[in-house]
Amino acid sequence: MNIPRILATAARVLNQVRHDHRTLALLLLVPALLVGLVAWIFTDTPVFPRIGPAMIALFPFIVMFLVTSIATLRERRSGTLERLLSLPLGKADFIMGYALAFGLLSVLQTAIAVGFAVWVCGLEVAGNLGLLFAVAIADALLGTSLGLLASAFARSEFQVVQFMPAFVFPQILLGGIFLPRGELPQVLEDIGDWLPLSHAIDALNAVARDDQDAGYIWLRIGFVAAWILAAIAVGSMTLRRRTP
Amino acid sequence: MDAQAAAISITGLKVLRGKRLVLPGLDLLVPRGEVVGLLGPSGCGKSTLMRAIVGTQVISAGTVTVLGDTAGSAALRHRVGYMTQEASVYEDLPVADNLSYFAKIVGAPPAQVARVIERTDLGSEAKSMAADLSGGQRSRLSLAIALLGDPELLVLDEPTVGLDPVLRVALWELFAELAAEGTTLLVSSHVMDEATRCDSLLLMREGEIIARETPESLLARTGTDNAEDAFLALIRDAGQPGTSVAEPHVPKHRATGGTP
Repeated sequence: MNIPRILATAARVLNQVRHDHRTLALLLLVPALLVGLVAWIFTDTPVFPRIGPAMIALFPFIVMFLVTSIATLRERRSGTLERLLSLPLGKADFIMGYALAFGLLSVLQTAIAVGFAVWVCGLEVAGNLGLLFAVAIADALLGTSLGLLASAFARSEFQVVQFMPAFVFPQILLGGIFLPRGELPQVLEDIGDWLPLSHAIDALNAVARDDQDAGYIWLRIGFVAAWILAAIAVGSMTLRRRTP
Repeated sequence: MDAQAAAISITGLKVLRGKRLVLPGLDLLVPRGEVVGLLGPSGCGKSTLMRAIVGTQVISAGTVTVLGDTAGSAALRHRVGYMTQEASVYEDLPVADNLSYFAKIVGAPPAQVARVIERTDLGSEAKSMAADLSGGQRSRLSLAIALLGDPELLVLDEPTVGLDPVLRVALWELFAELAAEGTTLLVSSHVMDEATRCDSLLLMREGEIIARETPESLLARTGTDNAEDAFLALIRDAGQPGTSVAEPHVPKHRATGGTP
């Protein structure tokens, strides 16, 4: 691991996004607007306070998954990845550069989404707002790391876009948004208990209701972090300096 | 010349891509400080050979030694510059930003960015987005990136494709200049008339090097006055097109090394 090369790579990725104004706007605003839409749909019902926190987990996760998987796929297909790997850039430097750049973007994105949900849509957060941020950022980083991993298995843009439903939808369905996990069939509940998004949703709900102690929340953040590290480790193993 | 002194030394290189045997067992010795032209029809294995030399190609058998180290080893990543056939650049970044990023990766001083921009004649485009460049400009940007860090060996895959004659001449002058500074250049092309600008030539066909000699001796030996006719003459002498090119007209020592 080489810190200057990681920073150079992160700066380059951010520079690419900065030159693409439309992507930047979509990246920062879409999750907030979607949270707003959900709040609007459930006006005058007790639903938004219940699912609002989960929405904060969901949208940045999906957006980061898509953006990262396509960005790294582009890098593979344009030949720049092959060029970089013939140069003195470590595979971990490359992945960490991406994780850092999109991690920073996800902090901004989450800040806007949480701010919008709390101050505009009136989502009540009984617990610590700082913890809410911590969970939401871990969640966006999870999207980034799974996106990096997914791009390794995609040969084309068509494939990578379809990995989104494959990687993401099961986590949404089994995460307890539609039906609390305790009410799922036993096998599905067990699977759901091992998926990272479930724990991010649990943690966000706990912060919003303030019905658990900080230890409960940090344990769940730790679980998500373990998934992030595993996805980054497997993702960097799929980068090959030599290709057939 | 032994493997340590040579810029590139290859023995028994075998490469399979899919089910196709692209390089069936190639031997090659390239001395340092020369501009070596790698010529042959498209699909003959030039790019695969170059990828094996830079160490991005999975090889089935054989040894590839570059500047005294195994091809692709970590120590070589500072010492070898590689330009792929398609311009490998970030389209959504300006020319100068592309170069600054790669300069940081290879550890080249920032001042080198201006120098390679000047050497590849991209001064007026430094602030343009790479996506807005013409094909020729984009490939020059890709070349400029390969020049960063003053590599001892430059492996350039078709660097002059899509360039007008004036720029092509300018690039070949740049290559000669780099060689005079001690850089070894392996330059592929399927444009045979570029051959005469090289110090030595490798003629490749169906995964084998069928000749390795200076442009002058090639022309003299085949009794032709340009490289294209010489190449055709070699193939004719070697038998019917499509059959394996056997050795009789190309002495083994020519194909495998030794300065002619």
